[in-house]
This record gives sequence, structure tokens and C-alpha cells, in this order.
Amino acid sequence: MALFQIAEPGESAAPHEHKLAIGIDLGTTNSLVATVRSGLAVCLNDEQGRPLLPSVVRYHADASVEVGYAAQVNQAVDPRHTIVSVKRFMGRGLKDIAHVEAMPYDFVETPGMVKLRTHAGVKTPVEISAEILKSLKSRAEAALGGDLLGAVITIPAYFDDAQRQATKDAARLAGLNVLRLLNEPTAAAIAYGLDNAAEGVYAVYDLGGGTFDISILRLTKGVFEVMATGGDSALGGDDFDHRIYCWVLEQANLQPLAPEDARLLMMRCREAKEFLTLHPEAPITARLASGEMVDLKLDVATFAEITRTLVSKTMQPVKRALRDAALRPDDIKGVVMVGGATRMPQIQKAVGDFFRQEPLTNLDPDKVVALGAATQANLLAGNKTGKDDWLLLDVIPLSLGLETMGGLTEKVIARNSTIPTARAQEFTTFKDGQTAMSIHVVQGEREMVADCRSLARFELRGIPPMVAGAARIRVTFQVDADGLLSVAAREQTTGVESSVTVKPSYGLSDEEIAGMLQDSLAHARDDAMTRALREAQVEAERMIEATEAALAEDAGLLAAAEEEKIRAGIARLRAAAAGDNRRAINIAMDDLGFETQEFAHRRMDQSIKKVLAGRKVGEIGMGEEE
Amino acid sequence: MGITLTDNAAKHVNNYLTKRGKGIGLRLGVRTSGCSGMAYKLEFVDAVNEDDLVFESAGVKVVVDAKSLPYLDGMELDFAREGLKEGFKFNNPNVKDQCGCGESFNV
Repeated sequence: MALFQIAEPGESAAPHEHKLAIGIDLGTTNSLVATVRSGLAVCLNDEQGRPLLPSVVRYHADASVEVGYAAQVNQAVDPRHTIVSVKRFMGRGLKDIAHVEAMPYDFVETPGMVKLRTHAGVKTPVEISAEILKSLKSRAEAALGGDLLGAVITIPAYFDDAQRQATKDAARLAGLNVLRLLNEPTAAAIAYGLDNAAEGVYAVYDLGGGTFDISILRLTKGVFEVMATGGDSALGGDDFDHRIYCWVLEQANLQPLAPEDARLLMMRCREAKEFLTLHPEAPITARLASGEMVDLKLDVATFAEITRTLVSKTMQPVKRALRDAALRPDDIKGVVMVGGATRMPQIQKAVGDFFRQEPLTNLDPDKVVALGAATQANLLAGNKTGKDDWLLLDVIPLSLGLETMGGLTEKVIARNSTIPTARAQEFTTFKDGQTAMSIHVVQGEREMVADCRSLARFELRGIPPMVAGAARIRVTFQVDADGLLSVAAREQTTGVESSVTVKPSYGLSDEEIAGMLQDSLAHARDDAMTRALREAQVEAERMIEATEAALAEDAGLLAAAEEEKIRAGIARLRAAAAGDNRRAINIAMDDLGFETQEFAHRRMDQSIKKVLAGRKVGEIGMGEEE
Repeated sequence: MGITLTDNAAKHVNNYLTKRGKGIGLRLGVRTSGCSGMAYKLEFVDAVNEDDLVFESAGVKVVVDAKSLPYLDGMELDFAREGLKEGFKFNNPNVKDQCGCGESFNV
């Protein structure tokens, strides 16, 4: 017998045509899934009635995967193959990740996104996140009794294009249709119905298990713009547990504890913290392995005292974000509290005192982001029509621009522009007789390209030789409704054109996604390997050709011994490319790239001299590895 | 006869109505569609129409249009959980036959 939900007047769905949509909060510590039932957003619980799914994935030697509580339990037993907080690695290279040395994982340094070596093979953060999403997806399908139309997935407001793309890739890999990526603070504001409220500026204070985020949002005509964000990626509720733990050690005069005692006591400290939300005093009792008893009472005042510095540590980014947005606390119309740690009374008091108003706390702070995502998903699925005048515009989180001379960023589309959008700007040549222009697309707010994120590079060739500044090159940036960018360049006098659809350098190409999907089907594994090998061979051929061409032209720049070394490198690469060991090919390519560095420098110097004599600049950097 | 709600169903209806912030009751109805001929309607009510009949059961105002009533008379609306699923359940004595999923039926 079917189970029915109550529809809006006149909007009962035809049998078997319910449009099932979900919202997913893909969190660093925990993830949730929510949907709208009978007009009400609710989180979907697992079989044990728990709404949270710990964002923990454990890979076994037999290639099976455990997600959630089951994986979390084994974190201490099998840390290397039990991945926690994978969100921190999404769309990130090894050098972008803080405290790598303290992590128990076996990182694989690869161009683009970092990878982790596990029992089940080398995994990307995208694949690991996809496991979490798959688990939530099957929970939702069981709870809703049908196929899902799609999902809204939330991401931090500060996520750049690469991190957004990685999140989207993970969803696709999990078999989810992404209706939209939604900024977490925006989702929280939607859960509170602020999108239907009066226009104004709102603050979202999000203190999770291990991260703190503050966002300042402006609501104008139904669109939330992120005015400023800030936070501390290493500050969360866990730090409060730790303060209580230290206090207990001190009060009970305990020596440093054995791991199991420490774990037990830490758990008691967490329970005490949660107890103090509603009670004036919490007991902390534990029997240690030595038989020693810990029996203490922690009151609210002491708890506030020992965590005072943590609370004030969250207020600094709040002040900074307000300053970035050029606002004062009085300008904030409402404050939304997100994250379980905001249940602590001292946090609510500090936030209330600072903004001089009661923060919004009547929704469960653990669920509020997922609930907002579900509300948005329900809307995008077309389950709510008419009267509600929602404008579903999204904005670009970070400015998009390109590199100009001297490594400076020229912004073409400013952050917070609503999408879809297209904007064009004209550029010109820098040198006399310049026939090519390298276009480097970057994302970020900083002035120097080095501080922004590189998204793509392409070249416009065939510019007729003219004096510097005479060519007119129109560069058009276009962002579609999904936030993906394409860039085109056109020389106006001759009409030569060049363009790219930007696949952010950390994102995965369609082929790579397809490759991974194939990978998961055992019979297709060999195909994928063959393809990857072929790609490496093609790349090696390209490199050999380029290096030989450079030698043919400029061997004179090298001493005989240097030329010999490069030729030996070419021979080694050629030998490797003839074999079927992809790793060997990549190593040989890296070696040759290294051997030719100095050569490339000299060629570049020479080219610059030629340019000064009015020659081509388009050929520089040819000997360098891309 | 009429239509009745179980206490559990009434509790959920009232909760949804409160959270929705408006609405006077619950509309039940049938329409012709679906794989077995007819399909149920279950909606919030903002306004009562001329040909509507209004019942009161377990403190909830139940609205049925006159045409639908013969198909629903004597039924009970319950709220149930099955595994992770939850929702309202039509216990309808008039039904002779229904499709496998129960979303559509025949009298």
C-alpha cells in the first residue's frame, strides 16, 4: 500500500509521477540528507533513526567500502585506509592542504587533485566523497520509495570553481543528478525562510565539529549574495571537548593517559558539554584502566571560563568579515546559527551580545543546512508553483579574469554577478609584431595571478604582425546556469578565433568521469588502463617531437655534453613509450622535462632578444613541458 | 458514514498545518487516472468549494467534494511507517482492486 504526502491545493501528483528531490549537506565531519514531505522539510534518518552520517569512508583489502558510523568506529584501528574529512581535499593539490605531515594517509602526488593510496587502490577525493553521497542516496531512495529526480548539494561559500566542480563530479559518480550547488549559508537562510523576508543583510555563524565559518549575506530581490566570508578551518566543537578534557586532567591530577582511557574520558567530556546546554551542572565520572575513579562536576560558569579564548577566537573572523563587507554589527538584520556547537549557551550569548540581537536558533543547527537544501531541491524539482515568487538566481562566488603583463589579474566577471552571464573585454598586443597571445584564465579576488587559482590556458594564434597596441583582441567570458565557464578570444580586424570551455585544472574531464565509471565495472577495467596508457604514449610522442624540433633549431645554444644528455633522455623516453608501463613513461617524461629546463631558459632568452628585434614572441616556452 | 482519521494521522495533519502557517483542513478526493482507473488526492485546504462536504474527525476538518464521496465513504486515513518510508495510508473499504503500488485503484 502506498504512503501518501499532503500536496498543496490542486497540486496532487499523478500516480507514479511524484517528483522526488533531496537536499544534501555534504559536511567535513558529518553529512545529512533531507526532503520535503507534506510541505515540511525533514531530515531522513537511517535504520537506527540517526540523521547524521559521519563523513568517514573506510576501504577494505577486498575492495569493499564502509561508510559512516561503521567506518568511524575503526578510525583508530585502520587510520591509513579510513578517510575522514575528505572535504578538505576536494579540488586541492597536495601543496594546498594544511598539516599534510600530521595526516595518516598515503598521499600520491599527482598533477591536479591529490590522491590517496588505499587498500582498494588509489582513490581521488571525488571518488571518496561519492561513496558518502551514494550512501545518502540509497537512504533517500529507501525513504521516498522511488527514483530521485535530483539533489541540491551544499558547499561552503568560499569554495572556488575547482572545489565546486569536484563536488559536482562526486555527485555524478554517485549517480545523482545535481539540480544545483547551493552555498551552505544561503541554505541555512532559506531554511529559516529568510528568502521570503524583507531585504537586508544577514549573518550566518557556523560552528561545526572541526571548522568555523562566518558568512555575511545580502538579500536583494530574492537573491542571496555572499558579501564576505571568513572563518577558521581548525576550530570547532571538538576543541571545546578538549578544553574540558584538559580541565579534568588538571582537576583530578591525572598523569597523561593511555589511549583507551583518553578516548573514554574525551567521550565523557563531550557528553558533559552537551549536558550543559540545558543544565546548570554536568557530572563527569569515569573509571580508568588503573581502577582510578574520576568524579567531577563541571558547572556552566566554569565551562564558559575555560573556553573563553575559543569563543573569542570565533569572534575575530566575525569582525573581519564585517569589516570586509564595510558593515557594522547594527547593519545585520538577522543572525542564523548553524552547527551543533552553536547550542552552547556561551556561544549564543557571545553572538547575541556582539550583534545586539537574539540569534535564530529554533531549527536544529545540525540540520538547518540540509533542510534549506531540501527546500530548494523541492522547488527546483517543480513541486511548488505559482504564488511563491522565488527568484532562483545564483551568483559567481569568486571573480573570473585573466592574466595580463607582469602577472597581474584583470577581472572580467566580478564576484557576485548573477548567472548565467556573459561579459567581454578588449585586450591588445604588448610587443611589436606579436602574432600570438597566451590567454590564462584565473579565478580569485587577489591582484597577483600567483595568488589566484589557475583555471585554464589557451592560445590565440595568427594575429597579423602589427605595432604593439594596434591589435584588438576581444575576450568573452560566458558562465552558464551551472556556473561553468567558457572563454573565447577573437582578433577583431582579421576575425581569427580561439576558445576553450574551461574545465578547471583540478576538475575531472568527462572522459575521466566516464573512465572512473567504467573502472567500477570490473570487465571494463582493462579498457580504461589501455586508454590511459595510450594517452601517456601520445603525450610522450608530443614531447619527443617538440624537443627534437627545438634541438634542430637551437642546438647551438647547448654544449656538446648537454645536447648528449638531452638526446639520451629522448632515447629513454622513446624506449619507455614503446613499452606498456605507463608509470615508466611518466617518469621518463619528468626526467626529460628536467633535462631540458636550462635549454628552455636559454631559448627563451634568445626569443626575447629576437622579439626586441621585432620577431615572433608566440613561439616562446615551446620546449617547456605543459 | 463519512471519513475518519486515526489519532496518529490527525496529529500529523495538525503538525503539517501548523508548520505551513495557513490552511483550514485536509482535502481527500479521487480523480480518474493512473494504471488502475482512479487515483487519490490528498491536499491542504485553503478554501471550501460549493459542492464540498465537510466532516470533522479527531479534531481535523476533512473536506471531500460530492463526486468523490461515494468512492471514499467509510474509509479511514492512517499515518504509517514502513521501513524508512512514512506517510498517509488510505484504508478504503470501497476498493476492489488496486495496482501493485496502491497509488491507483478500482471500485
